[in-house]
Amino acid sequence: MTAADTKAAGPPVPVPRAPEPDRVRKGPGRGSPGSGPRQRKKGALLPYLLILPAIVAIAAVYAFPLSKTVIMSFQDMGRKELWTGDAPPWVGLDQFTNILGDSEFWSVTGRTVVFMAVCVTVTMAAGLLIAMLMMRLTTWVRLVLTACLVAAWSMPLMVAASIFRWLSDSDYGLINTLIAKVVGEDFLGHNWFLDPKQGFAIISLLVIWGAIPFVVITLYAALTQVPKELEEAAALDGANVLKVFTFVTWPVIRPVFTMVTTLSVIWDFNVFGQIWLLRGNKPEPEYETLGLYSFSKAFESTSFSQGTAIALITVVLLSGVAVYYLRQLMKTGEVE
Amino acid sequence: MSTSTAPSPADTEQQTVRPDRKRTRWHYDVIGLVTAVVMAFPVYWLIISSLRPNHEIRSYDQTLWPSSLTFDNFARAVKQENFATAVQSSLIVSVTAVLGGMVIATLAALAIGRFRFFGRKALLMILILVQMLPPTAMLIPIYAQLNAMGGLDEYWGLIVVYLVSTLPFAVVMIRGFVVNIPVELEESAMVDGCTRMGAFRRVIFPLLAPGLAAASIFALVNAWNEYLFAYILINDNSKYTLNVWLMTFTTERGTDYGALMAASTLIALPVVVFFMIIQKKMATGLTSGAVKG
Repeated sequence: MTAADTKAAGPPVPVPRAPEPDRVRKGPGRGSPGSGPRQRKKGALLPYLLILPAIVAIAAVYAFPLSKTVIMSFQDMGRKELWTGDAPPWVGLDQFTNILGDSEFWSVTGRTVVFMAVCVTVTMAAGLLIAMLMMRLTTWVRLVLTACLVAAWSMPLMVAASIFRWLSDSDYGLINTLIAKVVGEDFLGHNWFLDPKQGFAIISLLVIWGAIPFVVITLYAALTQVPKELEEAAALDGANVLKVFTFVTWPVIRPVFTMVTTLSVIWDFNVFGQIWLLRGNKPEPEYETLGLYSFSKAFESTSFSQGTAIALITVVLLSGVAVYYLRQLMKTGEVE
Repeated sequence: MSTSTAPSPADTEQQTVRPDRKRTRWHYDVIGLVTAVVMAFPVYWLIISSLRPNHEIRSYDQTLWPSSLTFDNFARAVKQENFATAVQSSLIVSVTAVLGGMVIATLAALAIGRFRFFGRKALLMILILVQMLPPTAMLIPIYAQLNAMGGLDEYWGLIVVYLVSTLPFAVVMIRGFVVNIPVELEESAMVDGCTRMGAFRRVIFPLLAPGLAAASIFALVNAWNEYLFAYILINDNSKYTLNVWLMTFTTERGTDYGALMAASTLIALPVVVFFMIIQKKMATGLTSGAVKG
């Protein structure tokens, strides 16, 4: 649900492999269900009955609220309308023009993009390097590393945030103690969150640490699919290391790499809980990313319509990435 | 942080192609162990802090090893107000959401895995897209809707949200297992006199069980860890889930880190255990489950 929760679960990531024989019996006409030889008359309706509960559930929790988001963003819904149930007045595009004309919105968007870009770049670079490293480890070291990755992966978001808050605490945090030992006593009592740049460094550390296990384990799975003989043959033919990577390894792992990158972009764009908890449940304005900005507009300024309009703009900003992700999935045959 | 410890692609690549890589391997092992330490350190810090005596926690000079171990922090955490109700809330919400989600997901996975029907592709796409919507975008309308339906401060509101949020993943994962069960098995059971339901119960279900187990543990971990919706949809202190309850350790006067770490350990423990159990299944589910079809 939240960025890190999705991270924990990890959506299925296709790993390149030989095509499997299609076990689903294809009817002669794909558009006409039940016309296949194996599906009797009642088979025509059965699949629809089977997916009905899922459709209803998704419609209730996603489709309906999403359409409501769109409607609400053209209205002016505040606390009064929420509690009385009165119809909020229609304001047309006012919410959007207000938001887009607000310089704060643009600085929040800029901050979100920079934060996302830094986190994704570091996560993917470190993830790829660690995955490649794993290919070259002695079995027991690889097992130890995997165990540590899984341990980090399985930390609930709120628990991980608590740990990092403790580590970066100004009075009793380990980070300050360690830096003080190296740099000097001045660092004791240093507050990392006074300067948002430093604050975001700690937050990024938490986000990247939490994301690396998924990236490494997925990329490692992809790397194991690279044929060893091909790499060796290329090397024998005189290709240097960089060339072997560019022409042999990279093409095989690229689909998985882009997929994980795309997902990381989506997740890191929506980081919420990490900032929320590290800032003690009341993030200062300079710590707001789009998710928190929308949240604070909705629940603190109790302008639900402003909040939904910002959320909607976020969805639009991310939709390009989402479409790209879907196209990748289709290419690798995930959605057939 | 791990960037500096990992070798560059060029360095590592060289070794695969060299026949004498056995001899040079220990470099990598050292880097691998350092990476492992970095990744595991916060987890170590969690556990060690939860067992540390309080005077060490409130010390301006933190040490990497505790001088002695104590269970005081755990005692304080458990005695904290609403601990029992938070455990109860988390259990009720997660377990119900998972059970409901598994039933719905299995039905949908059977449909997608066994039949070619109009809208099948669209359904898969919707499932994937749903996973990508920012939760904050859905939060406000869901809040408004539940408010209108009287679902705020009620478990069912949270249950429905969790159920649906784990649905896409569960459907795709279970579908992978469905696709790997030969249709012939089901058919021969039906030839031998089983009804369609009987064939499902006696033949398909046992073969699906590993997939169901993996998907349900995933869903459970997801629901167990969720924070944002739990925080917004539940305002009644006695109905807080564990993650929201964690905030009670932070007051105006500061944070009781010892108890917070002990409480965090208690919350993380079931997740870690589950993760260890499903590790292998997860790998199978991710690769075979999701890709075949």
